[in-house]
Amino acid sequence: MQNYPVADILDICVEAGRVMLENGAETYRVEDTLYRIAKSYNLIYINVFVVPTALILTVQGEDGQDHTELLRMADRQTNLEKVSMVNDLSRQLSRKTLPPSKVRAKLKIIKDTPRNFNRWQRNLAIAFACGGFPLLFGGTYGDMLPSMIAGGLGHLLYEIVNDWTNVSFFAEMVAAFFIGLLALLFTTFGLGVDLNVIIIGAVMSLVPGMAITNSFRDLMAGHLLSGVAVLAKAMLTAGAIGIGIATVLTFIQ
Amino acid sequence: MDLTLITYFIAALAGTFGFGVIYNVPTRTLVASSFSGAVGWMVYYFLAFELNLDLFVGVGVAAFLVAFFSQWYARHFRMPVIVFAIPGIIPLVPGGSAYNMMRAFVEGNSDFAFMYATETFLISGAIAVGLSVNSGLFQVFSNRAFAKREKRYLP
Repeated sequence: MQNYPVADILDICVEAGRVMLENGAETYRVEDTLYRIAKSYNLIYINVFVVPTALILTVQGEDGQDHTELLRMADRQTNLEKVSMVNDLSRQLSRKTLPPSKVRAKLKIIKDTPRNFNRWQRNLAIAFACGGFPLLFGGTYGDMLPSMIAGGLGHLLYEIVNDWTNVSFFAEMVAAFFIGLLALLFTTFGLGVDLNVIIIGAVMSLVPGMAITNSFRDLMAGHLLSGVAVLAKAMLTAGAIGIGIATVLTFIQ
Repeated sequence: MDLTLITYFIAALAGTFGFGVIYNVPTRTLVASSFSGAVGWMVYYFLAFELNLDLFVGVGVAAFLVAFFSQWYARHFRMPVIVFAIPGIIPLVPGGSAYNMMRAFVEGNSDFAFMYATETFLISGAIAVGLSVNSGLFQVFSNRAFAKREKRYLP
């Protein structure tokens, strides 16, 4: 097997970790994947440390020299297709190693893959999802249409405000306020029955249920730091939604 | 109220599908993960509301089932498990109790707030337990583990 410079291998490892972490992979999956990639290039003493906002990788090359690279992450989103593609790549590498330049080209292709659906299709899908949730939370058929409209428009507003300001706390607060206002208007004018059910159904598009569940999984797997960090983020989101909704609810008291 | 089971199933299917689109699940697996989410929710409904078991038990079993489907799909489509598991558990996520908790906190009803907070964390914990137990079982009993007993770096 051919030997490549350790720095190059570290670079591709960190790049792969960045793509995975940016797109919502769990921390243990990132650690496992980086370990496997580094292992497939015959590095020894591999230590990976991943938290949701940073990544540290230390390896020892065959010359006995330690190499470390640190990556600081800023924004995160969820794009499971890219996670799946990087996973495929790492599997491919564990069968047969490729030169680092080729791996970097593949990672670039993965990074530039566009989303499967554009903004309108996404928000239409989330609108239909929010239309279904009132039934699951004990509502009636009459609550479905208002929840659908409020949920779809609310998520659209969230995406737009998040693009403008890059402060997700603010975007969630505004979107929750808007959803509450729409729900209140709908029930005032006789469309929909139960205000609470409509708000719950529509606000599901923002609720950090996935973050709460993932943080529990991290905590159970022994990743205490990531678990607590993700849980804090989830609590912050829940607080933002609560403030937004509560502002609306003060109108009806 | 005559909400039939079929409308529940379709509602859960739509919910999972919508979140699958938001999370950009690969297109060819969208329907598969929607199906597992809907089946999981029906199991939860049956256990928690027809048999009147604890919510914790219902959600745990349903999450276990979703994880089981996801492991099977992951082998079939050759993709990581989270591609299927994350959209699949969306209908089980405690959105209602999280909302009630936030509302009670903001309105100053601390008693209700703590009640709903407990419920939220119990349900989230149940989902996590269901997923973790399943992945533990699969790691112990999968063929590859027997063939090549290589220790994984992390769980």
